[in-house]
Amino acid sequence: MTTLPATPDLAARTALVRAGRIRRSRRRVIVIGCLAVAVLALVAAVIMVGNTIYPVSDVLAVLRGESVPGASFTVGTLRIPRALIGALAGLAFGAAGTTFQTMLRNPLASPDVIGISAGASAAAVLCLVVLHWSGTATMFAALIAGVATAAAIYFAARGGESTGGRLILIGIGIGAMLDAVVSYAIQRAAEWDVAVAMRWLTGSLNGSRWENVLPLGIAVAVLLPLLALLSRQLRALELGDAAATSLGVRVDHVRILLVLAAVALTCFATATTGPIAFVAFLAGPIVSRLVGHGSSLTIPAALMGACLVLTSDLIGQFAFDTRFPVGVITGILGAPYLLFLLIRTSRRGGSS
Amino acid sequence: MTSVHASVDDRRRAPTTQVGARRRALTIAGLILGVGIAILLSLAFGSRTVSLAEIVDGLTSWAQGRTAADIGAIAVQERIPRTVLAIMAGAALALSGALMQAITRNPIADPGILGVNTGAALAVVCGIAFFGITSPYEYLWLALGGAVLTAIFVYNVGSVGPGGSTPIKLALAGAATTAALGSLVSAVLLPRTAAMDTFRFWQVGGVGGADWGTMAVIAPLLIAGTLVAFICAPGLNALALGDDVAVGLGVRIGRTRLLAAVAGVVLCAAVTAVAGPIAFVGLMVPHVVRMLVGPDQRWMLPLSALGGAILLTLADTIGRLIGYPGETEAGIVTAFVGAPVLVIIARRSRMRAL
Repeated sequence: MTTLPATPDLAARTALVRAGRIRRSRRRVIVIGCLAVAVLALVAAVIMVGNTIYPVSDVLAVLRGESVPGASFTVGTLRIPRALIGALAGLAFGAAGTTFQTMLRNPLASPDVIGISAGASAAAVLCLVVLHWSGTATMFAALIAGVATAAAIYFAARGGESTGGRLILIGIGIGAMLDAVVSYAIQRAAEWDVAVAMRWLTGSLNGSRWENVLPLGIAVAVLLPLLALLSRQLRALELGDAAATSLGVRVDHVRILLVLAAVALTCFATATTGPIAFVAFLAGPIVSRLVGHGSSLTIPAALMGACLVLTSDLIGQFAFDTRFPVGVITGILGAPYLLFLLIRTSRRGGSS
Repeated sequence: MTSVHASVDDRRRAPTTQVGARRRALTIAGLILGVGIAILLSLAFGSRTVSLAEIVDGLTSWAQGRTAADIGAIAVQERIPRTVLAIMAGAALALSGALMQAITRNPIADPGILGVNTGAALAVVCGIAFFGITSPYEYLWLALGGAVLTAIFVYNVGSVGPGGSTPIKLALAGAATTAALGSLVSAVLLPRTAAMDTFRFWQVGGVGGADWGTMAVIAPLLIAGTLVAFICAPGLNALALGDDVAVGLGVRIGRTRLLAAVAGVVLCAAVTAVAGPIAFVGLMVPHVVRMLVGPDQRWMLPLSALGGAILLTLADTIGRLIGYPGETEAGIVTAFVGAPVLVIIARRSRMRAL
């Protein structure tokens, strides 16, 4: 009988918990707000800054459809699609990455580490460079290939205990095989083109065109809200299947939906920009530092993905004498973080 | 109780003694025969398929040091250097993989997966781009240095924490290092079109560009590495029992490990310098050989070399057939065969222990 807490104490605790919840949700809202502002600012920067810097008035004039000498082409044809595709691909990579990481309960299990991006990339490069398909057909081929890769990795890793580590190991192997397909296709290509090759090897925003914006935009507009809606169920899944079931989550349905949506986002983004290294992998862990534990990461991670892609693109374009594709920058920035994460989890005795 | 002991003893000894001897003899015969067949196939197939008579004609006239008269025999002669390189490179890579697996006691140790190839690639690229190096004689040494540094780095990152180097930690450390170094390679190459063009031939591993001069340069290294590997074999056998037991058996574990590691890295770096990065040969072959002859390194190492020679020669031949009328590099073919093998290894339950 003595174990029952006294009523005022309970009230005080409830107030404490409530205050904590409010504080965390306020923090989350602030982080999301800051990231959204940052994405908008970066999009504006990518549109305005270049060899010629156009003032806001010129950009607005181009957006209104007026013809501004110089700016109409540079801003309207080159920079706006580039900025939009960068932002959309970043959103897609970030959301997909954090979904995989949360669902598989392993920060290393992002779609680019476990080979799903490589599947989409291999299909896309085969269709575009070897078979000369159109952009939309390529998108769907990449989508199918990505889903097939995910299914192959899943079935190869199934059975027995501790599937997490095995899934990653198998994913790395299958990724290596698919990278060989990309190399093969690039060699087969009649016209060896460094830009094309770099796009499929590391990911690049060079060659972004208006006709690519629409399919990627539709995919993000449909799938990102879906992932955000499912984020509550996703957090339940993180507790384990049994706990999720007892919380009223239809585990199998939700998991298939989540995997399909995340794989589709990865594939659409990869088919448009190539596999931009490590964005999917980095966005989630960075954001979880900012937001703290206990809330959904999908939207903040998506925004962080967009920030990463756009910032790296700006760095790649202007920080050096030569223009580097965005994937080179994210690769150089991201790999040390992967090593750091690996060392840290190993020290704690995780990840076997 | 004694009968139980006896049966356990029998079971333990069986694969290496009675059954093993016969099976080993068969395996050795099969592998030697396989090398012969692989050489014949490699000489026979390509953009022009030749008859047996033409092979004989081409070989005899080549041995007499003159150019053959008819075109089929000339084609055979053209294929001799690449066949030799495929045999050398395949044997060295498989031996290197077997050594690395023995030292790390980790089933997925392979020059490709550990990122050693990319380390060599980065060093070569820096040499081409910054120091204007163009001859394979010079970038051989760069490749060697890059490979050694990367191997040390990846192994150390992959063995932090309790449990030492588990397969997943090593694979991830290798993948991350490969990604980082790959990005650096791109960053160095992109501004330099000329360097990019030189490097292109290197990026996908293959033996198509074989020439006698570079092979002569790496041959001493390969021979030295192979000899050291064979000398280390008994010590590696003891290491497989654990460090304490090995010390108890009178093995200097530090020296054995160091020698074997140097031999393994030198072998794969020398091949990478000449043939470019070829993945998965070092992963696959030792596993297959271990299944056939058991874990005794004294047999494992030489037979892995034979198996690697067969695999790479066949991969090169297959690459010429599927890429007809051009050719597909052997490195692409081995990646295709290798990934499923990695999946199988990862699926086997006792993948932590060798």
